[in-house]
Amino acid sequence: MTNMNLYSRGDKLFVVVNMVLIALFTLSTLYPFIYIASLSMSTGYEARAGNVILTPVGFTLEAYKQVLSEPLFWSSYGNTFIYTIGGTLMSLAFIIPGAYALSKPQLYGRRFWNLVVAFTMWFNAGLIPFFLNMRDLGLLDSYFGIIIGFAVNGFNIILLRNFFEGIPQSFEEAARMDGANEFQVLWKVYMPLSKPAIATVALFCIVSRWNGFFWAMVLLQDEDKIPLQVYLRKVIAELSDDEEFATSLLSAAYSFETVSAAIIVCSIIPILLIYPFLQKYFSKGILLGGVKE
Amino acid sequence: MTNELDPSVGQTEELVVEARESQRVRKPGRVVRVGDHFKREWQLYAMLIPTIIWLLVFLYKPMYGLQIAFKDYSIFRGVANSPWIGLEHFQTLFGNDQFLRALKNTIIISFYGLIFGFPMPIVIALMFNEILKDWFKKTAQTIVYLPHFVSSVIIAGIVITAFSPSAGIVNTILGWFGIDAIYFLTKPEWFRPIFVGTGIWQEAGFQSIVYLAAIAGVSPTLYESAVVDGASRWQMMWKITIPSIMPTIIIMLIIRIGNMLEVSFEMIILLYQPATFETADVVNTFIYRQGIQGGQYDLAAAAGLFNAVVAFVLVMTANTISKRYSRTSLW
Repeated sequence: MTNMNLYSRGDKLFVVVNMVLIALFTLSTLYPFIYIASLSMSTGYEARAGNVILTPVGFTLEAYKQVLSEPLFWSSYGNTFIYTIGGTLMSLAFIIPGAYALSKPQLYGRRFWNLVVAFTMWFNAGLIPFFLNMRDLGLLDSYFGIIIGFAVNGFNIILLRNFFEGIPQSFEEAARMDGANEFQVLWKVYMPLSKPAIATVALFCIVSRWNGFFWAMVLLQDEDKIPLQVYLRKVIAELSDDEEFATSLLSAAYSFETVSAAIIVCSIIPILLIYPFLQKYFSKGILLGGVKE
Repeated sequence: MTNELDPSVGQTEELVVEARESQRVRKPGRVVRVGDHFKREWQLYAMLIPTIIWLLVFLYKPMYGLQIAFKDYSIFRGVANSPWIGLEHFQTLFGNDQFLRALKNTIIISFYGLIFGFPMPIVIALMFNEILKDWFKKTAQTIVYLPHFVSSVIIAGIVITAFSPSAGIVNTILGWFGIDAIYFLTKPEWFRPIFVGTGIWQEAGFQSIVYLAAIAGVSPTLYESAVVDGASRWQMMWKITIPSIMPTIIIMLIIRIGNMLEVSFEMIILLYQPATFETADVVNTFIYRQGIQGGQYDLAAAAGLFNAVVAFVLVMTANTISKRYSRTSLW
């Protein structure tokens, strides 16, 4: 920790070895991303020949031209924004008032309602009943189905409820004296005080929406409605299956590898842009959420 | 008459009447109070109701729908009207080689994940703790947390590209040593190492946060007195840091065992192919293929119910053990 000058020679060796190991681990985490980025900017020929190691070989943006000229790429990108923004707002609209009500001691049956929420964290009916339920509700192949169907999550409610419980009563008393109702107390007292916790929950929602793929793949048949992740998976699966197409690209400026690498880069950029916030709030979030219920 | 002579009797009677009266009024009085309560606090219930309705419609109704695991389900008859057939689906499952194989694979893959994946975040946290240069530590942390936020489709895309036989970097490197290209993703023996390794690469850095927080809570005086005693950093790590974070390690281990069956099947769907089913197919991917792709909803729901019940028992057992061990349960 401190006292650098007290280090023995063994300690110095230990510190150096440790730093080297961490540096190696960090580079091994970083490398695949650099590799993909370089691949996306290399010519298809060099990529297929396996000549791309670290930096782009035969620099070209042909793969990006290819990706950006595909209408399905743009529609799926737009859909991902719709699902992410719509889904996150929908989640917050349910979770914030719900968690607030559950945090109030005067709520009748509070223990019971908390159990109703927590039980969904321990037991879920599984893929098939959930799927059949969505179908019975007529929510297949619909934007609304994806946005509403995954709005509430027990973990997020409990995380926020715990945070609300930690806010001292005295904060709301002044507002109550002025005749504020519950909605006003929540809006004017609790929400401003809970910005970090709400930001954490919102970021949890944003990341899971942005990255969500399985249910979008299962519930959406209509190509016009698929999000980016489903499109990316389609491209990878189709191109790798279609040997003929793949070989026809051999000499071309772009190939299966460079095109899929370019889509990967495009879909990672928004995550990188919000990454500073993610890092700040997520570590708090998992520590807050460590104490469930 | 005697009452007048004995005032205490009158008092008693008064008390009795009072008690009776209070008993009589208590009931309606309480109803009034409940009514008052709802009149005063209706807003709280208005805030709670949407969430509860959502949970009922999207999570509890499917639990009702789970009964198809015991029924001969047909889409046209619906959940309620399909005929009961008892445990037939479960008998089918346990006579089905594919299901048994999926069960075996689930256990093996999560076991590998536990053995190799569990210690990694602890090691990483201990190593981070030994870094003295703040900028170095911050940069390294920023980078190793990143893969956690990247979608499984992208990670799978990276894996497929990197392990591809013609263009992949892995085979390029093998080529330098004169080793012939291996088409890794079609080889059953390679699936589990690649899958478990990818999971560790993606999550180990991020999971170290929990242990770093535990390490930050260790009292500095312990280290100070150890320094006075001439302890080396290696000794301090083994004698102070690790014992101090042991409760956290054990709780995380219990949680991990409780979640054993939750193999990230999204990633498996993205990486496996018929050639590797024998080592890659897990219960959830089996359910996906049989149910959603194959339309055998009832059989797949039975497999899902089995999975959910085992998972529920594991989580509950984990919680009980942790309660006994740490006196603070997970929830």
